[in-house]
Amino acid sequence: MHSLSAHRGRIALAVAATALTISTAPVSAQETFKLGIVTFLSGPAAESFGVPARNGATFTIDELNKGAVPAPHNKVGFGGMKIEPVIIDENGGATKQVQELRNLYQRDNVDAVLGYIGSGDCLAVSPIAEELKKLLVLMDCGTPRIFEEAKYNYVFRTASHATMDNVALIRYMKAKNIKMETFSAINQDYAWGQDSKADFVAAAGQIFPNAKLATDLLPKFGAGQYGTEISALVGAESDVVYSSLWGGDLQAFILQSAPRGLPKRSQLVFSAADHVLPALGDKMPDGTIIGARGAYGLMSRKSVLNDWFFPGFEKTIGTYPVQAAYRINQSILGLKNAIEKAMEKNGGKKPTTDEIIAAMTGSQWESPGGLIKMTLGDGHQATQPIGISRTKYNPEKKRVDLVDIQYFNAECVNPPPGIKSLDWIKGGMQGAKCE
Amino acid sequence: MNLFFTIVIDGLIEASWLFVVALGLTLVFGVLKILNIAHGGFYALGAYLAATVVTLFAAKGLPPALGFVAMLLAAAFVALAVGVMLERGLLKMFYGRDEVVLLLVTYAVFLLLEDITKLIWGVNPILATQPYELFGNVSLGKLFYVGYDLVLIPVAMASGLGVWFALNRTVTGKIVSAVIHNPEISASMGVKINRIYALAFGFGLMLAAFAGALTAPKISVQPGLSSDVIILSFAIVVIGGLGSVEGAAVGAILVGLARAASVHIFPQGELFVIYLIMAIVLMIRPEGLFQRETARRI
Repeated sequence: MHSLSAHRGRIALAVAATALTISTAPVSAQETFKLGIVTFLSGPAAESFGVPARNGATFTIDELNKGAVPAPHNKVGFGGMKIEPVIIDENGGATKQVQELRNLYQRDNVDAVLGYIGSGDCLAVSPIAEELKKLLVLMDCGTPRIFEEAKYNYVFRTASHATMDNVALIRYMKAKNIKMETFSAINQDYAWGQDSKADFVAAAGQIFPNAKLATDLLPKFGAGQYGTEISALVGAESDVVYSSLWGGDLQAFILQSAPRGLPKRSQLVFSAADHVLPALGDKMPDGTIIGARGAYGLMSRKSVLNDWFFPGFEKTIGTYPVQAAYRINQSILGLKNAIEKAMEKNGGKKPTTDEIIAAMTGSQWESPGGLIKMTLGDGHQATQPIGISRTKYNPEKKRVDLVDIQYFNAECVNPPPGIKSLDWIKGGMQGAKCE
Repeated sequence: MNLFFTIVIDGLIEASWLFVVALGLTLVFGVLKILNIAHGGFYALGAYLAATVVTLFAAKGLPPALGFVAMLLAAAFVALAVGVMLERGLLKMFYGRDEVVLLLVTYAVFLLLEDITKLIWGVNPILATQPYELFGNVSLGKLFYVGYDLVLIPVAMASGLGVWFALNRTVTGKIVSAVIHNPEISASMGVKINRIYALAFGFGLMLAAFAGALTAPKISVQPGLSSDVIILSFAIVVIGGLGSVEGAAVGAILVGLARAASVHIFPQGELFVIYLIMAIVLMIRPEGLFQRETARRI
């Protein structure tokens, strides 16, 4: 009996020791990190944003899993764990996305979800991640409202919001002495278009106080035909025509407005146009001022990481990376950075959601688009530098080059913590630090 | 050129495009009494076929004018053939059933076409702009117009007059008119109703694809083309009266001019104004502007 008790004691000790060993052991080579990735694979946003983002994700994950990314992201996968992506389509509306997010967490048992391009989708899924206490990393969606109108613990956004686009455009125009006594605007009639226009008009009011808004057009999303709108814009004879149109709508607008002389009458200013350059080629009017919410693609700066990403992506995918590819890349690198920081603290174990959250809050990391800093939204919303440039068709390379590039540091074009973006702009952009 | 003339020209260009799309829809309803949701799908099919043909011709270095003609012919004939097969192979099985069933069948075809176009052409937009430059630019006062857009006006007029002439001045047209007014008596007089149905359905879809092909050179051809156009087309045929060619013309002109005026004068009301016109017409003449009141058969 005594012997049996002693034997049981030894077994208990062995079990306890094994458990202790398991709980403190570094991750094994077989351990994976299951990452849900949500991006548009179909629908109007697929070609411009969704598919480049998917390509950016698969390229980045393949490279990370091979350990082929330069330092400081040169560890295999996430801290030695191979990344196992589960990619789903963002198309179908916010209600569908809410269900899909639940499926990813509860059915597919992903460790985290990363993605989302549509502002409406981001606003819809964020409360769900919070309710489920699961990690959600938003990689795009322009609306500033996510962290300005709510507070989240389990949600992060690893890219600047759209306010930066318009503040940077206005600062660029001022720096380049663009005449803007009058301007007209054409934006899609939904949250993105209306918010972008509000930011641009407010920023113009600060930097170009005498500029008057002549024509303000809000065609519906997906309109495709802009004949009447172009007549109104040409007839208005504004110095500047501003637009946040994107994707097929932007392509159609450019195709239809260029032959009608709009680019000759007015300076065209597009807040998010880099993604249409490969498709449009010589149809893109020279001298158009464009942004891409970041120093991305043909506006990206030389760095070790960019020298890895740009040519590697171009070789693998067959076209150079535009903003969505960069944005998902920096998102994955941001998550990797947080996971590896968390693993440094916990002895190399696969970190829990709470450990990743603690490491990601207020973090910063290098990316091909520059240094990303989680400075807003209590450390959950990123800010980053941005480039603005002009288009110039290069007949030798048969592509649109971007010239006259000017970069703005994050603190120059993003609001400081604790103030809503539009209030910051209307208040004279106090606290902006421009180099 | 003052604002009034700008609105008239913009309105007529828009109306021309809308009319060509709505013409086929109203024709199919007139003959088969089907609200054909698949019409939008064939519009998109026409746009994709046109983009493919234009791209092929451009790749072979053939003149854009040839590409323009080929894209219209390809879209029209493929849609005509597919339309006839669809009517004979699918729709005829549902004749005699409730109208809602036929509506759902065409909706199913619409969804299938959405996915088929994605399977064939993918989700990436296609730019096939060579024909858009074919007619040069025209200066009207302070504005330049693309000749291609202005060409849409005579094309729409020719389409409308052609359909009107075919319906009213040819033997086949008179038979179709007889079927529109009373299929049972037409059948008793020896008219092969099934043949008329197939012809009308195929021809209606041919017009949808023709409109899509005409639009393709000026837009980015991509998934999602079909849904917007079908909503606008319904608004036009409801305003003009379901089944009426003249009604579709007047409906398209009203919508085109009203939208153009709104964009120039009150841009916020651009969409509202279309449905305001529809609501007013439905309040005054629920059957539409050009639809005759008919006694209800019990």
